[in-house]
Amino acid sequence: MIAELGHAALWLATALAVLQMVAGALGLREMGLKNANAGVVALARPAAVVQAFLATLAFFLLLYAFAITDLSIKLVATNSHSMKPFIYKLTGTWGNHEGSMLLWVAVLALSGGLLAGLERRLPEKTMSATLSVQGFVALGFYSFLLISSNPFERLPLPAPEGSGLNPLLQDIGLAIHPPTLYIGYVGLSVAFSLCMGALITKQVTPDFAKVMRPWVLGAWVFLTFGITAGSYWAYYELGWGGWWFWDPVENASLMPWLAATALLHSVSVLAARDALRTWTIMLGVLAFSMSMLGTFLVRSGVITSVHAFAVDPERGSFILALLGLYIGGALVIFAMRAGYIAEGKRFTATSREGALVFNNVMLSAILAIVLLGTLYPVFTEVFDVRVSVGPPYFNPAGAIFAIPMFVVMAIGPLLRWKDDKPARIQFEMMMLAAIAISVIALVAFFGSYGFLPILGLAFAAALGVAALLPLRGRKLSRVPTATYGMVMAHFGVAVSLFGMASESAFTAEKLAAVSAGGQEQVADWTIELESVDPIAGPNWTAVEARVIATRGDGESVLLTPQARNFWAPSQATSESALLTTWDGQLYAVIGDSAGVDANGNPRWQLRIWWKPFVTFIWYGGLLIAFGGVLSIIGRLQVDLRRRSAIKRGKERREDAEAIGSSAAPEPAE
Amino acid sequence: MRLLYLIPLALFLFFAGVAGYQLTKPKQTAIPSQMVEQALPEFELPPALDGMPGASRADFVGGKPKLLNIWASWCVPCIAEAPHLERLKEEGVEIIGIAVRDRPEAVSGFLSRYGNPYTRIGADDISELMLAVGASGVPETYVIDAEGNIRYQHIGDIRENHVDLLLEKLEEAG
Repeated sequence: MIAELGHAALWLATALAVLQMVAGALGLREMGLKNANAGVVALARPAAVVQAFLATLAFFLLLYAFAITDLSIKLVATNSHSMKPFIYKLTGTWGNHEGSMLLWVAVLALSGGLLAGLERRLPEKTMSATLSVQGFVALGFYSFLLISSNPFERLPLPAPEGSGLNPLLQDIGLAIHPPTLYIGYVGLSVAFSLCMGALITKQVTPDFAKVMRPWVLGAWVFLTFGITAGSYWAYYELGWGGWWFWDPVENASLMPWLAATALLHSVSVLAARDALRTWTIMLGVLAFSMSMLGTFLVRSGVITSVHAFAVDPERGSFILALLGLYIGGALVIFAMRAGYIAEGKRFTATSREGALVFNNVMLSAILAIVLLGTLYPVFTEVFDVRVSVGPPYFNPAGAIFAIPMFVVMAIGPLLRWKDDKPARIQFEMMMLAAIAISVIALVAFFGSYGFLPILGLAFAAALGVAALLPLRGRKLSRVPTATYGMVMAHFGVAVSLFGMASESAFTAEKLAAVSAGGQEQVADWTIELESVDPIAGPNWTAVEARVIATRGDGESVLLTPQARNFWAPSQATSESALLTTWDGQLYAVIGDSAGVDANGNPRWQLRIWWKPFVTFIWYGGLLIAFGGVLSIIGRLQVDLRRRSAIKRGKERREDAEAIGSSAAPEPAE
Repeated sequence: MRLLYLIPLALFLFFAGVAGYQLTKPKQTAIPSQMVEQALPEFELPPALDGMPGASRADFVGGKPKLLNIWASWCVPCIAEAPHLERLKEEGVEIIGIAVRDRPEAVSGFLSRYGNPYTRIGADDISELMLAVGASGVPETYVIDAEGNIRYQHIGDIRENHVDLLLEKLEEAG
């Protein structure tokens, strides 16, 4: 029953998406005229809301099917197992292609429903166009789900037992990382639809930017959080000791983030200064395009990645067709309409807008670098040349644009809108330069490290100070919440940058074959392998090493890295053991058995890293995300205050009219 | 319509074209070695079991072109290719085996069960030769000409239909 209900809910949602699309489009054509279609037009909003309910219901039904391990459903049978811990039964819902696409459309419908239900500020015509586009996008993904990836397909005969979930995915990381990323990806669809709506109705105004801003911010917060969580998950789960691999799938999540970061800054310029109109629209299209492109790259198998997703060329063709329809269509409309959008207000290069535009261009350049690096293997393969693009390309090429971006990011928030003289902030600039130079001198004096890590440390220090400067000389209780958000997010960038630079400059690594009782030295840590014993978990067996780590003369700590063998499905994983201190992490991995030592005792491969301040990478990521949250709160506060002010003004005016007084005060607007 | 606004569309269409073309092509995941058409690297490996000689680069130089077969007793596809190696041996091909990360008992057990097509078997305990010739897995087979150059790489197990192909490649190398 559950599967059939879910399936039916999906079909109904699809039908409603069609209705929403048609009603929105009619609204666009017939608006203003009193006509017979007015009834249909009014259906666009309710259609979106009910659709959100149905798609969410379908997702929860699948969640339930996974929870009770309903083995008559093909998806459950191929991805779950009755003996799996309950939490991983639940997370297994989205740990596969069909389930994750269902999550994708559920979030898409939910954000469409929220937009339709809550947004009342836009001109009705723009709103109609927006809802129509949102319905059109949803329709494509519903068809994809129903035609080529039905999650509710039944098996002709129920399976006796499920085949299990990939052990790498049996981790709490999977509970958080994909859903947050998806909410971020799909939240950008609202920005996309709003941009298309504004473009079609030629209403690219500051009001439109104010409507779009919370959506962009919200999606961006989830993306930031999802990427941060994903990076930490890869770091401790894969056992390679790295936190970013420039893998195509990681890039697929980074690219929408870069576009969204640029978008959220340019949307602020549009909202505050009515400048950058076409550029903002372009970024809005670009951000969601990158989300869809990411989905395509991950799901089609066009690019080989360490993330072994179920790959299927037929699904790939389907998503490519959707991509062509949406991105291609959006770009055609952009090409036709962008010329009609007047250019917006002017500003000089040395102004807040100037700095924001510069960094927008830098972010877009980095996006182009990542995009090119990710797609390059696809292009060369046409000529039968197989390449893989890695850190030697991404790091320096990205740095070319990241370095000037950090410089401008430090001083941009200190500039005034419209026009400013650099001489006014001379003191601040000199101070920041002095900080950066002294850090470079200090680090270079104490050891020889790479150029980029040293530069990273210097920028981190200068940026950390610069981020706080906008608060200088202001009464802290009077500073708007959104400004605190910006300060926090910029400070988070500095913290994260510090973690990255410190990790790449100062990491100490040791790979050794050790027998029980053997000792190794890593940085100022003494590592002793006490014993290696077999242990068993609910659906795996493992060898577990007991490793005693002692720092200098300090207390000893026990670490227990494991090499696990799962039996459903059969796969080996390595569970690293982490010891977190305030100034870094000790990272231990146990490998294969490595023969015997001179006395005939068995030896094991032991890999130990000491990574100073590596955790700051993720602390920084969290700070950035919370900065975004603060900013949303701040914007909503202002918005609510203005709404109540307008309401009060209106009441006062009505009162005044009722009394008949001609001396009523002007509304506060 | 300004030309500038068409640039994003043009870029996207280019991408969509290439990606669409790629989707229609079968996905090849095996990566050919960069060592093909280059000299076989210098190596000298001890015997993999008692009673048979080990292998070195010198064994390939002179005489007819030979096959270099990288295998292991723990490798299941190697069992599948054993009869086809046997056929190649019957055709008069000299096959030099490299046993990867193996033990003498296991090697002799494998040979007694599935036959021994090899004239020599070197023991590559740390995959050094495997890495040097750019092999991506076990089994792999290389055609080496009389000057000690790698002429052809066969990735994966040798199936029935590959035997004639390998004979042809050996002919070419001669």
